[in-house]
Amino acid sequence: MKCEELLRVLNDYIDGELAPSFCAEFEAHMRDCNPCEVVVDTINKTVKLYQGNTLYEIPFEFREKLHKTLAEKWNQHHHSQG
Amino acid sequence: MALHDTQAVADEVLVERAQSGEFQAFEELVTRHERWVYGVVMSIVRNREDTEDVVQNTFLKALEKIRSFRGEATFGTWLRRIATNSALNCLRSRGKLARVSLDQALHEDAEGVIRHPEYVADWGDDPARRFEQNQLRVILQTAIESLPDKYRIVFVLRDIEQLSVEETAQSLCLSPANVKVRTLRARLMLREHLTRVFGETPIAVEVPTDAGVGGETPAEQVLRSYLEHPIIQQGGSP
Repeated sequence: MKCEELLRVLNDYIDGELAPSFCAEFEAHMRDCNPCEVVVDTINKTVKLYQGNTLYEIPFEFREKLHKTLAEKWNQHHHSQG
Repeated sequence: MALHDTQAVADEVLVERAQSGEFQAFEELVTRHERWVYGVVMSIVRNREDTEDVVQNTFLKALEKIRSFRGEATFGTWLRRIATNSALNCLRSRGKLARVSLDQALHEDAEGVIRHPEYVADWGDDPARRFEQNQLRVILQTAIESLPDKYRIVFVLRDIEQLSVEETAQSLCLSPANVKVRTLRARLMLREHLTRVFGETPIAVEVPTDAGVGGETPAEQVLRSYLEHPIIQQGGSP
């Protein structure tokens, strides 16, 4: 396997969807090619960073407003439904 | 019944209580899910005002429909679908309208009257750690916001929301092949961006005598040319 071929199946490898025979070749290539090994490792780390961190905090003022609006709507809704 | 100390209560139980008219149960569901709903919507629409509209409409819709929720999917999945579809519709309806960037919006907020201190919250035990987390968040935000819409949204749906290729394709009216290609490009772009921030000493490589630009190895040349001119096709056009 060459570096370019590795890139073609990189996604499937990261998603765990690469056929076992390809997997072995993929991993053999990584053992011999440090840059590819690092790319695969850092892509995995990239995905995990985005999965493990809250990107945007809900603003305090908005949260207060949201809960107030929902409480009002809840009362209206349940009132109208008797 | 107070719900503060009942974190162990499953969403399903809270849904049942909400369905029988208990607002506290519904509010607890909102509290549990509002942070990631906000985060995902903001990642898609990238505009605080629209995000607040979409998040509020998502929970209002949940409020209206909670009684007809039958539990075929989990409450979280159900909510995620409402939020994602609303965010995508918002993006579509905005079409080619000029976007107000977050920076501009914040700048406008900052002008005018001096505000009374109204946001009062404890700093917690370890403000330094929180500061580091905030710095990390800014780095991650900057990287993802640098992606063009078509790559950013696919990354959010696939890797942050963890939808399958098929679900992502359906939500965006794309072919699964397109989703795969865009996911790969998004991941490579983000990795590249984050490497410029987090990268330690560049990897020492044996430079061949016929090395290309700047002493690149063949592998680096492939990667560079790929990043500059992405050409990967996986059974469909990108």
